Amino acid sequence: MELVLSAAIGVLTASGVWLILRPRTFQVIIGLTLISYAVNLFIFSTGGLRVGSDPVLKSGVDLERYADPLPQALVLTAIVISFATTALFLVVLLASRGLTGVDHVDGEDGTP
Amino acid sequence: MSAHLLIAPIVIPLLVGALQLLIGDRRPGVKSALGLVSCVALLATSIALLVMAADPPGGGQLGGVYRIGDWPTPFGIVLVLDRLSAVMLTLTAVLGLTTLQFSLRRWARLGPHFHPLFQFLLMGLNGAFLTGDLFNLFVFFEVLLAASYGLAMHGSGPKRVGAGLHYIVINLAASMLFLIGVSLIFGVTGTLNMAALAERIPAVPENTRNLLHAGAAILGVAFLVKAAMWPLGFWLPRTYDAAAPPVAAMFAIMTKLGIYVLLRLSLLLFGDEAGPSAGFGERWLMVGGAATLIVGMIGMLAAKDLGRIAGYSLLVSAGTLLAAVGFDDPAVTAGALFYLVASTLGAAAFFLLAGVIAPDGDDEIEDQVLEAYNPTNAPLFTEEDETIVLISAPTAVLSAAFLACTLMVAGLPPFSGFLAKFAMLAPMISPQAAPAIPGGGVALFALIILSSLCSLIAMVRAGIQIFWADPDRNLPTVRLYEIAPVLGLLGLCLLLTVVAQGPMSYMRGVADQIHSATIYVSGVLPDTSLGRRP
Repeated sequence: MELVLSAAIGVLTASGVWLILRPRTFQVIIGLTLISYAVNLFIFSTGGLRVGSDPVLKSGVDLERYADPLPQALVLTAIVISFATTALFLVVLLASRGLTGVDHVDGEDGTP
Repeated sequence: MSAHLLIAPIVIPLLVGALQLLIGDRRPGVKSALGLVSCVALLATSIALLVMAADPPGGGQLGGVYRIGDWPTPFGIVLVLDRLSAVMLTLTAVLGLTTLQFSLRRWARLGPHFHPLFQFLLMGLNGAFLTGDLFNLFVFFEVLLAASYGLAMHGSGPKRVGAGLHYIVINLAASMLFLIGVSLIFGVTGTLNMAALAERIPAVPENTRNLLHAGAAILGVAFLVKAAMWPLGFWLPRTYDAAAPPVAAMFAIMTKLGIYVLLRLSLLLFGDEAGPSAGFGERWLMVGGAATLIVGMIGMLAAKDLGRIAGYSLLVSAGTLLAAVGFDDPAVTAGALFYLVASTLGAAAFFLLAGVIAPDGDDEIEDQVLEAYNPTNAPLFTEEDETIVLISAPTAVLSAAFLACTLMVAGLPPFSGFLAKFAMLAPMISPQAAPAIPGGGVALFALIILSSLCSLIAMVRAGIQIFWADPDRNLPTVRLYEIAPVLGLLGLCLLLTVVAQGPMSYMRGVADQIHSATIYVSGVLPDTSLGRRP
């Protein structure tokens, strides 16, 4: 499971970084989204990977056997925030497209 | 009651901003009045907190600890007031009041939702200065960044949207680094409370310490992007130049926010008491700060228009401060904090003045925006504005203000920039100073003096071009409500020189407090065994 998760995080991050460095705004936004997925998975993994541990406290169960709730709370916050800011970026992307007529990140196409 | 005063700097702008959203665009007067009331209330609160931090009511050494929801400390989120955060809050409130006053008549009306965004920016800043929890810091960062995205593009136009696009991408990427750093640190230490972190870091086992350092370094990169350290600060001059002048003036504190966090965390988590991790990152800060200084100097000399010069002057002050943080010496820190306050006020005045002297003058965009967002169809200036509130001798006032800005940015007497630089430079070359890099003190000393010279050359050249080179040049009309905040900020800079004793000794208190992690830890975690160091 660790291998699958770390490979997923790595592939998502690598593709995200590559896309962020591309000249089209749409590629940049997809890149940012991929990176935020990777980061969310990464935060989630800091709680440790365990299968079948209890999420809710029950009497008589040892504390060691619970899933750590904090990374889940953190990842929820991170998802909401990155979703909101990405949506905001999408609006700016469209505004830039409307004002300049091209979808290049610098507002002008390098190729004549 | 006074216990709840601590959360007021967050609650006031939140409520006022929400109220302004409800009021909508139909009643601009009510919105402006609400905004001003909020800013005045914030200023009053932060001054009360400044007093509280200097003389804590409970007898402890920290100004106050506010447990949100009254959850016990290591589990719930805490707001922590110490002298450093009180100083930053006051600085924010002063900037907020002056820039809002500047923008009321003209800039606030060049687009939708200026007032609520401004309040949310203040809320995010205040929250970031107060919070004692790393993840909560991330949330407040996002609050202020989301507001700043809107404000950076306020007034619209291709230039602002283009610069805003880059600004958003940089900051989204930095936020991701922030999250990675935070979760690495959480994974190693199991806590996000800053005091508990400071407590646990000396005891981190050796095999995970590298992971902790990697997390701290990634986190540091996120803050260095905000603080605009070279090579991460390339976005700053363009964004600030493109933003509306009052927005750029308010943004002057955002680089200082990055520096505030670096100062706080590096001293708290990696101070003298951090065991094997002590002094982590100091060399990087010194070298990076020096590199930022050099880039800022070259940029100032190369820049042509005032907005760019102001942007690069921010880089110079950021570089100076970063290097001073890396110095890790209480006397240098005290001087650097004084410089932080003085240079922020000076930079804000400079941005506002640049907006008055050289308005970017894209009337076409302005007209389009006004048409779209002006439901009451009121003209931008009433006749009363045009006749009564004009200053009779615009050239004299503007050139005097520009001269004051020049002296302030270059750090020449009688303005406080001089005292601040002196207070910072004198301990740097004292024999007791022990910089992380041998000889670093003298090198920095020389660099900072050189940067003052470069600022002076760049500003004088700009001044000659604006005021002397073209005698027929029509200077823009100067309106009282626009020049008053500039003069107010400059007056404050002058005041800081006249009564330098008080602020300087306060800053010394701040430096002594933040250089001892024990004060913070035992203030936030008094009851637990964690709070007592051996």
